[in-house]
Amino acid sequence: MLNGKFIKALISGAALSLSLTAANAADITGAGATFPYPIFAKWAEEYKKATGIGLNYQSIGSSGGIRQIRAKTVTFGATDAPLSGADLEKDGMVQFPVVLGGVVPVINLEGFKPGELRVNGEVLAEMFMGTISNWNDAKFAALNPGKKLPNQAITVAHRADGSGTTFIFTDYLNEVSPAWAKSVGKGAAVKWPAASSVGGKGNEGVAANVTRVKGSVGYVEYAYAKRNKIPHMQLLNRDGKYVEPDDLTFAAAAAGADWKSVPGMGLSLVNLKGAQSWPITGASFALMYKTPDKVADSNEVLKFFDWAFKNGKKMAEELDYVALPDAVTKLISDTAWSQIKR
Amino acid sequence: MDQSVYNRRKRTNRIGLTLSMLAMVIGMSVLLWILALLFYKGFSALSWSFFTASTPAPGSEGGGLANAMVGSFMMIACCTLVSTPIGVLAGIYLTEYGDDSVVASITRFVSDIMLSAPSIVIGLFVYAILVAQVKHFSGWAGMLALSLIAIPVVLRTTENILRLVPGSLREAAFALGAPRWKVALMVTLRAGRSGVITGVLLALARVSGETAPLLFTALNNQFFSTDMNKPLSNLPVVIFQFAMSPYENWINLAWGGALVITVVVLVINIITRVFFREKVSA
Amino acid sequence: MPDSGLQDARRLSIARNQRVQDFLFHKVTLLFALTVLFALAGILVSLVVSSWPTLQKFGLPFLWTVEWDIINQNFGAAIAIFGTLASASIALVIAVPLSFGVAVFLTETCPVWLRRPLGTAVELLAAVPSIIYGMFGLFIFAPLFAQYGQPALQSTLGQMPLIGPLFGGAMNGIGILAAGLVLSIMILPFIASVMRDVFDIVPPVLRESAYGIGCTTWEVVRNIVLPYTKTGVIGGIMLGLGRALGETMAVTFVIGNSQRIGSSLFSPGSSIASTLANEFGEADDIHLSTLFALGLVLFLITFVVLAFAKLLLLRMERGQGTRT
Repeated sequence: MLNGKFIKALISGAALSLSLTAANAADITGAGATFPYPIFAKWAEEYKKATGIGLNYQSIGSSGGIRQIRAKTVTFGATDAPLSGADLEKDGMVQFPVVLGGVVPVINLEGFKPGELRVNGEVLAEMFMGTISNWNDAKFAALNPGKKLPNQAITVAHRADGSGTTFIFTDYLNEVSPAWAKSVGKGAAVKWPAASSVGGKGNEGVAANVTRVKGSVGYVEYAYAKRNKIPHMQLLNRDGKYVEPDDLTFAAAAAGADWKSVPGMGLSLVNLKGAQSWPITGASFALMYKTPDKVADSNEVLKFFDWAFKNGKKMAEELDYVALPDAVTKLISDTAWSQIKR
Repeated sequence: MDQSVYNRRKRTNRIGLTLSMLAMVIGMSVLLWILALLFYKGFSALSWSFFTASTPAPGSEGGGLANAMVGSFMMIACCTLVSTPIGVLAGIYLTEYGDDSVVASITRFVSDIMLSAPSIVIGLFVYAILVAQVKHFSGWAGMLALSLIAIPVVLRTTENILRLVPGSLREAAFALGAPRWKVALMVTLRAGRSGVITGVLLALARVSGETAPLLFTALNNQFFSTDMNKPLSNLPVVIFQFAMSPYENWINLAWGGALVITVVVLVINIITRVFFREKVSA
Repeated sequence: MPDSGLQDARRLSIARNQRVQDFLFHKVTLLFALTVLFALAGILVSLVVSSWPTLQKFGLPFLWTVEWDIINQNFGAAIAIFGTLASASIALVIAVPLSFGVAVFLTETCPVWLRRPLGTAVELLAAVPSIIYGMFGLFIFAPLFAQYGQPALQSTLGQMPLIGPLFGGAMNGIGILAAGLVLSIMILPFIASVMRDVFDIVPPVLRESAYGIGCTTWEVVRNIVLPYTKTGVIGGIMLGLGRALGETMAVTFVIGNSQRIGSSLFSPGSSIASTLANEFGEADDIHLSTLFALGLVLFLITFVVLAFAKLLLLRMERGQGTRT
């Protein structure tokens, strides 16, 4: 009765799953940084409409992406913390930038509009070190004359997973704060010294934590701040000007970048000169094998990025990323893609 | 009798019982509050597109959990197909053959421990023996992890039920000359059939809500996919990912998914209690 | 028996077939029963093998080293172990008295017509998946806790001399204490229904004799039921502890995911399960084997707790003459 029907339903359910196992279009797989995930997702959506091929991208953090591509469970890995030329040689991979963006400090403080408060590198570093633990601290107030800062404890929101965004952010703090460089350093995952801190998974997790925890300060890729309307702070750049984050200031920072200077194109774009430069700019890199096991899949990925470089510029701009200029994409195609076996 | 002692005892009694009632009220009301909130928040997320559309990209509007529900359904169906025969036959072994043997006692003991063991460790195990070996995540790995959790449940409930089958039934069958396996399958099992189904359903309910073992095995898939050989979308991991995110529509979908899982689990549990009326502990 | 017409040889061959079938059946069912044992052994072996590099590198001090440095590949399990034990202990401290109260109510004071539905309600609540509690903790509990609970705690208990610092620090609603509270809500129905089952086992004659000499209900519970079911109650508590130790979802949402041992209960921390959930996706080399080592530690701790609980419950059942 119920017995027989139930068993029959189960068997048909399982048989259905078994039969459908083989019947799927070829999707390309990638994994890695959450930094470019919003623009990857947008490109993937449009690419699927144009060609019918989907991109299954697991946004698990840069370190996760490196691990997955090393384990060959995906066709390309994405990381904001670039691998060194030596590591690339050892793994037999090529690395190339795919998009540029900016990391912004975000806050949760009642009564202040996005971009209203200002901060410089040293004070930001001290907040993240925990030496400045309250929003009404004198050093911070000095940068924001005339603003009524509340007596609220600062909670630092950082990444709980291995992250290229962390790498870019700590790279910046390393440059501008000798105290930070001495006690913490830079990396995809660091020992966050502040006593009151919360870890989140991915840029999404940090964004979520900042939205939820009053008095928190965190760092996210700008698209996450903009999309979720999280207030950011203005940052003092190397030329002494306070700048707002947007694709123009990110592009200004990257304007003078010499992509050929570092093997594997793993260039750091933090704290660069320029009156309009955003100090915490960074690139997201893709990692692919020179001699891939599945050449067809690898070719599909290259086609996808080629399409994105040609047709994805406007989409990137809308999300406040900076698409790579044509000169750079030509360089990528000539030097990096030429090394990949087709 | 000393009146003051009597009064003291009465007072202690009253305080004790009031406290226990208070505990009941507090405990129950918090739990019911959680369920009520779940229904309220989850219900607003349910819609036609919720059940038909796939998971949306970050920041896109709309979307649904269709691929997650299908993926979960597939893994749970396959898991039930695998764990039911293994669990039932193992339970039969324990009842029919294993009364005094050391193997049987140890198996019972271990099975009970596996019932409450941390499911994330099971996920680690399946990762080490399957995912790392074939170098990709898959629905099969997820199914294997879920089966390892379901088998002890089925095993225990089958054994408990089959024990209750009267020995006279077995003896009558033996007297007719039936071989042992026929007695076990066609007499004992058939007699305890409703209890065994209860066990299978309870195992099903248990694995529906498990998240941790799927984190490293089936991973997740943004698109609609029915390929068990690749990463497979599933409700619990999607809920985990969406809930920890800052996107409004993702959080909404997470509540809806949580509601779906809870309703499925509660309905299965209620069905087993109403229709099968056996006292089973899992 | 009338001659059925079968030849002796035919009867013999049927009997022989049945012997073979029975033999196969016995072996097949034995094999399936052993899967559970294989699984357990497999888990232990694979965990040890996968964590071997870490165990070799750090040795036994790994267990009490307070360190989690991914860049320099220097790890210690103390932070995660502390988070796991602290949140589970807080959960027990709160859940056990409440569960006890619920169980006493269900067995003693509850009107008989209400016992079955309420008991079923408790059992159903024990079946709710843990991710629900995680979401509840993150979206509802944490903001409320930050706004009302933590300030209240800080202004009362936080002002006392010895335990004051335990309630200091930023009040953001997440942390060890928050995780412990969410866990306690989760294991409450579970422990309550185990306790209720155990209280029900007490022979009515014992209770009635106590009432007969004039004991109050509370005295019956304290002096008859509890001592009688002592081992079962402890077993039930340890089962709840085992669940709390291994819980991933309910904890990861609210524990704060910070690799540190804070000085206050309001501080964020990490449990073994939350560390695994957060960092497994990207770990490499020593980091990966360290995560497996953490999994091994967790498995061993819960195994010991659950085995102990099971032994206690077995002894309780054996005392009933129940077949074990």
